[in-house]
Amino acid sequence: MLEAILSFLPRAIAQGIPLLYGSTGEIITQKSGNMNLGIPGVMYVGGICGVIGAFLYEQSLPSPEALNPFLAVLIPTLFCLLSSLLMGLLFCFLTVTLRANQNVTGLAMTTFGVGFGNFFGGSLIKLSGADIPFLALSATSNCFKKTIPGADQLGWFGKLFLNYSFLVYLAVAIALIASFVIKRTRTGLHLRAVGENPNTADAAGINVNRHKYLATCIGCMIAGLGGLYYVMDYAGGIWANDAFGDRGWLAIALVIFTVWRPNVGVLASFLFGGLYILHMYIPSGMNLAVKELYKMIPYVVTIIVLIISSLRNQRDKQPPQALGLPYFREER
Amino acid sequence: MNKTKQPLFHIVKRGEMPWYFSWGIRAAAIVLALICCGLISTLVTAENPIQIFATIFDGSFGSSRKFMVLLQNTAMLLCIALALTPAFKMRFWNLGGEGQALAGALAAAACMILMKDQPNVVVILCMVVTSILAGALWGLAPAYFKAKFGTSETLFTLMMNYVATQLVAYFSVVWENPKGSGNIGVINPKSMVGWFPEIFGNKYALNIVIVALVAIGMYIYLNYSKHGYEIAVVGESERTARYVGIKVEKIILRTMLISGAICGLAGLLLVGGTNHTLNAAIVDGRGFTAVMVSWLGKFNPIWMVLTSFLLVFLGRGAGEIATDFGLNSSFGDILTGVILFFIIGCEFFINYKISLTKSSKKEEK
Repeated sequence: MLEAILSFLPRAIAQGIPLLYGSTGEIITQKSGNMNLGIPGVMYVGGICGVIGAFLYEQSLPSPEALNPFLAVLIPTLFCLLSSLLMGLLFCFLTVTLRANQNVTGLAMTTFGVGFGNFFGGSLIKLSGADIPFLALSATSNCFKKTIPGADQLGWFGKLFLNYSFLVYLAVAIALIASFVIKRTRTGLHLRAVGENPNTADAAGINVNRHKYLATCIGCMIAGLGGLYYVMDYAGGIWANDAFGDRGWLAIALVIFTVWRPNVGVLASFLFGGLYILHMYIPSGMNLAVKELYKMIPYVVTIIVLIISSLRNQRDKQPPQALGLPYFREER
Repeated sequence: MNKTKQPLFHIVKRGEMPWYFSWGIRAAAIVLALICCGLISTLVTAENPIQIFATIFDGSFGSSRKFMVLLQNTAMLLCIALALTPAFKMRFWNLGGEGQALAGALAAAACMILMKDQPNVVVILCMVVTSILAGALWGLAPAYFKAKFGTSETLFTLMMNYVATQLVAYFSVVWENPKGSGNIGVINPKSMVGWFPEIFGNKYALNIVIVALVAIGMYIYLNYSKHGYEIAVVGESERTARYVGIKVEKIILRTMLISGAICGLAGLLLVGGTNHTLNAAIVDGRGFTAVMVSWLGKFNPIWMVLTSFLLVFLGRGAGEIATDFGLNSSFGDILTGVILFFIIGCEFFINYKISLTKSSKKEEK
């Protein structure tokens, strides 16, 4: 039994980390009143740009032994952050500066981002000249996957808590910091004010547009890291088109599930990760069809949470009041 | 004199303007977008831009078969966009077109598979009724909770998409044919039970005619019926609607029932008229693209014909570029995304005007 739990939990956590990055990013964005449905696209772009960075670096080396582990991590990370930042700027420019509809812009960004990822993924696969339909960057991936030495010898405690790569701890740290900043600092107060009621915030002298830009761009960069983690760590440096799947939408579902709290998101994302892979652990024998039904669980759970949170109508568990609405000072 | 920093320009909302002005701006945006797409394609393929635009046209008008596929795809996209429009007019963000159409497709396929020994007329009648009901039910669930408890419909409808996807994946395995493939092949390939009849000697013609009728019906419904008026009032201001005695809850439920039902119809047409099979990718993201079609067409069914045609035309053109130049088929999504960004952005210049702030020195004089 212990063995089963010890094999299940780390996998659930690994599965939950991309969701955690995505949902933390989206929570920060939504707190500023921007509903960014482009997060799935941003995560694709972040992932593929990390792959492009790693590919270029690996190609530029004279031999695989010359790989500098520090650069191998730094270059893809920078590529990923920069590209997600650009996606965030695009969303802000369209919705904040040009006041376009957020839902439409977000969906267009998802179309674009998923297409971007699959196009460049497919092209790189072609460039690498392999017969296989995916791209393997195992050398870079090994640098990303470095764990604390000796952690797996520390019994169950080590296996459960210490045996992860740095991106996992970074995800948890970012979520906790985000939670603290939103709840306990002046910046967070201003951010919440902008999301709840931009008119009042503006009257109080808070720069609404700057807060929206900052929150959305930072949110996108965090979400992009989720894509990077998925390719480089979870998938072992293997990019296959469409492999990332619908995790981006699950990350948005998590935002509601956690009632806009990144610290709750840490545990909730592990729970969702568990639900996501539960179908591999439930004994269903040869009945493959039932597995498809189990994959429905995360979505059904989200719907139920959504209904319950609206039923109870507690004021601290509601979406930011101005969520999804553009702000124009002259319009009252 | 106090020195305050003056911004270089300020933004003013425009009043009414002639329709040709706003459509001129949109046309300019599309032209800009096309130039941008041409540049991207030229960079990627190292081919001259004229060749690329010729390829785009070839993708849609190259042969009569390609042209019929273009019309068929336009009709399917338009059908879902028409379904979403009354909900959007009511400011109800129905992002669940994908799921509602899938539910309809599932019901239609179920009839074809389970009733394969019945006469064709009975099967088709059953397909029509069940798929429209299934779509309506899928749309009604979020509407009920929105009307009763104010549950966020954006996220509810979004999640319902994936519930439908997994349900279809489940039945794909249950009804798999041949065994072990995990796919439903073409249903009733020999007896053709439940296949829609061909009219005008073309298998897509019936779908196109039905969608054209839906478009006209929707135009009349939204513009010349009491229901359409009520939808518009609820969309403009819920408080006004309550004040004049409109039962907002009832309007939300009724409108989503219609919205879901037409999505279900789209699923029916996909299964019965076009594909004669069922898989989780049968709707092919149209539920999301339709959101943009409806919004870009200003929720007007006539303009939506144009926007859906434009998007499908460009998508097929980009697909043709991809196959001709040996690129990945996702190239089309990138081009679609770029065009959408331009059109979304241009709305700003239709609604607002940027005017340079008069320098304060002049005013002092």
